[in-house]
Amino acid sequence: MNSSIKELTLSLTSNKPVHRINIMEVCGTHTMTISRYGLRQLIPETINLISGPGCPVCVTPAVDIDWILEITKQYEISLFTFGDMLRVPGTESSLYLNRAEGRDINICYSPADALDFARKNPDRKVIFLAIGFETTIPLTSIIVKRAYLEKISNFYIFNTHKLIPEALELLANDKEIKINAFLCPGHVSAIIGSEPYGFLASKYGIPCVISGFEPEDILQSIVMILKQIKKETSEIEIQYKRVVKKKGNPAAVKFIYEIFDKSDSIWRGLGNISGSGLKLKEKFLRFDARTQFPVKKIKSAEPAGCECGNVLKGIKKPFECRLFSKTCRPESPVGPCMVSSEGSCAAYYKYERKYKNIKV
Amino acid sequence: MRAEKNSQNKKIDKRFDDKIIQLSHGDGGIKTGELISNLLLGYFGNEILNKLEDSAVINFSGKKIAYTTDSFVVDPIFFPGGDIGKLSICGTINDLVTTGCIPIALSLSFILEEGFPVSDFKKILSSIKNTVNDNDLRIVTGDTKVVGKGSADKIFINTSGIGIINNSIDLFPRRIEAGDKILINGGIAEHGIAILSSRKEFNFKSSIKSDCAPLSSLVRDILLVSKKIHALRDVTRGGLASILFEMSGASGYSIKIYENEIPIKKEVWGICQFLGLDPLYIANEGKMIVFSDKNDADRVLDAMKKNKYGKDSRIIGEVTEKYEKSMIGKKNDKGNIFLITRLGTIRTLDLQYCEQLPRIC
Repeated sequence: MNSSIKELTLSLTSNKPVHRINIMEVCGTHTMTISRYGLRQLIPETINLISGPGCPVCVTPAVDIDWILEITKQYEISLFTFGDMLRVPGTESSLYLNRAEGRDINICYSPADALDFARKNPDRKVIFLAIGFETTIPLTSIIVKRAYLEKISNFYIFNTHKLIPEALELLANDKEIKINAFLCPGHVSAIIGSEPYGFLASKYGIPCVISGFEPEDILQSIVMILKQIKKETSEIEIQYKRVVKKKGNPAAVKFIYEIFDKSDSIWRGLGNISGSGLKLKEKFLRFDARTQFPVKKIKSAEPAGCECGNVLKGIKKPFECRLFSKTCRPESPVGPCMVSSEGSCAAYYKYERKYKNIKV
Repeated sequence: MRAEKNSQNKKIDKRFDDKIIQLSHGDGGIKTGELISNLLLGYFGNEILNKLEDSAVINFSGKKIAYTTDSFVVDPIFFPGGDIGKLSICGTINDLVTTGCIPIALSLSFILEEGFPVSDFKKILSSIKNTVNDNDLRIVTGDTKVVGKGSADKIFINTSGIGIINNSIDLFPRRIEAGDKILINGGIAEHGIAILSSRKEFNFKSSIKSDCAPLSSLVRDILLVSKKIHALRDVTRGGLASILFEMSGASGYSIKIYENEIPIKKEVWGICQFLGLDPLYIANEGKMIVFSDKNDADRVLDAMKKNKYGKDSRIIGEVTEKYEKSMIGKKNDKGNIFLITRLGTIRTLDLQYCEQLPRIC
């Protein structure tokens, strides 16, 4: 163990809370770091780390998955999306299976690749399945603007973008889950800064720390939270100072609202959250795949017995889902939290499933 | 007879009920395992094939013969550090030498796409020739087929090989014992990352070269210094974690490895971090893991380091104890590995369950 980890674990122990506290790590990448590095093994047992709704693939509702599947079935289009979306099960199929059946479904690492493909293949209708929080929204905004300026007529986005602070307010209000502190996402905050979380501290009295993604970052952020709790204060602190500024990236935020307006959005597990989504401004509506490729009414159902909704709210741990590691496994996922590389069920399955049985 | 056949087919249908072939059936992970164990072994299983070794070992007139085959579909066909030709020879040599054999002859078959430039074909042939000559081998049989444009992608290669195993050598996962040290001959994930960064859809440059290399001399060198090497395995598709998992399953022992000891180039690590890939699951093409008796491990390590393909060799872990079924639970979990992270905490390692990168070899 290196010296900084030793110091941090000592600091955690000396600030150990007397009563059990719930710290929600909002971001899926934090969940992954916590599981991958076995951080639960290093923190006092009175600290309960719970995963939040910060995995974009996981919070995309089944109806959106079924909708895009229906578009790929009904229309001759080329779909581009990030890899994790492929295996998320819809009610009856998945993009992965649709691709194996011959639909043109492509993984891209940047939305610009989708636009580039559209530019080079003017006879082909190209849809980018736009997913993600404030981190990826500016990228989608840029390509929509570019397509608009270049008058590219065969490019569309299927928009599922969502905004984080609005979801956190819903969780702060939730009576069932008592959140004592938030570990706020690093990348989202690099765009929006720390100020949009202010209400969590001032209105709800919940300490928040914006954390980086290395194990040391997370342990240090937890120490910062414990110190706030000890002092009985609630502030929005930035641990991830090397990337996140208080004001964020105002140019990127401004750009988002050049292209989009706020709207309501349905989150898997959390339901409809007012003002937590985005819709294209009227000027850009012709890029909207939902209106340009109408489909018949979709009948969607969340998978029976799947606890993803409760896992996303932090009410249940993945282990507590009765499907976990039985019918729901990474190679045959029932819910999205088992698919995504940022999903909490996948993290628990992959990294924390067996170690308790092992003698070191 | 017919009734018997039907019931056998039904059994296979029940054990393998996927409706269409997916890319993950070929990635070396869980789905590939299901295809092989539940479908292919259902049809063809026998006491040699069932072992699922890199090479089959056949006893023939008092001699032990190693026999293997492999197909290559890598995209792109030319990549930093090699090409599909060199890869197809090294791959088969490395599968053969995991038995400790001296390779003696290879076969070479091509499936070519109509329109494939002969200049590219010549480049590949010359690369094959160089690799074969460097290893004192001969191509003794082969085949060529050409398919219409679009029915294959440029060139696919199949090679097979045979070798003779000295009767005193017996390398098998079942020989693995508690306390054995596990060694690897250098940095992981280089082949996968080299392929990835040479694909046009990835807009980044790197200086990483594929580790594609023939390991017959390395195996010869370690067998000269130790009689207590228990098993070898070529670490290819599926990466280090998947191969260790297979070895744990085949031997029935738990394996412990140390994250800090696993050699990996900084740049490879950086690219993996950036793309969200786990280097433990990324393919290699010139890496071998060695299970050696603990008392011989340092000697084996020295011999590996002296070989040109083993300069960065390390001891990365050890075999701990027989695992109990109750420890691993589910039907697919044949194997038990755990990793001591750089923080000193423990985490499990599983088989990979979805292809990170298709057409890697």
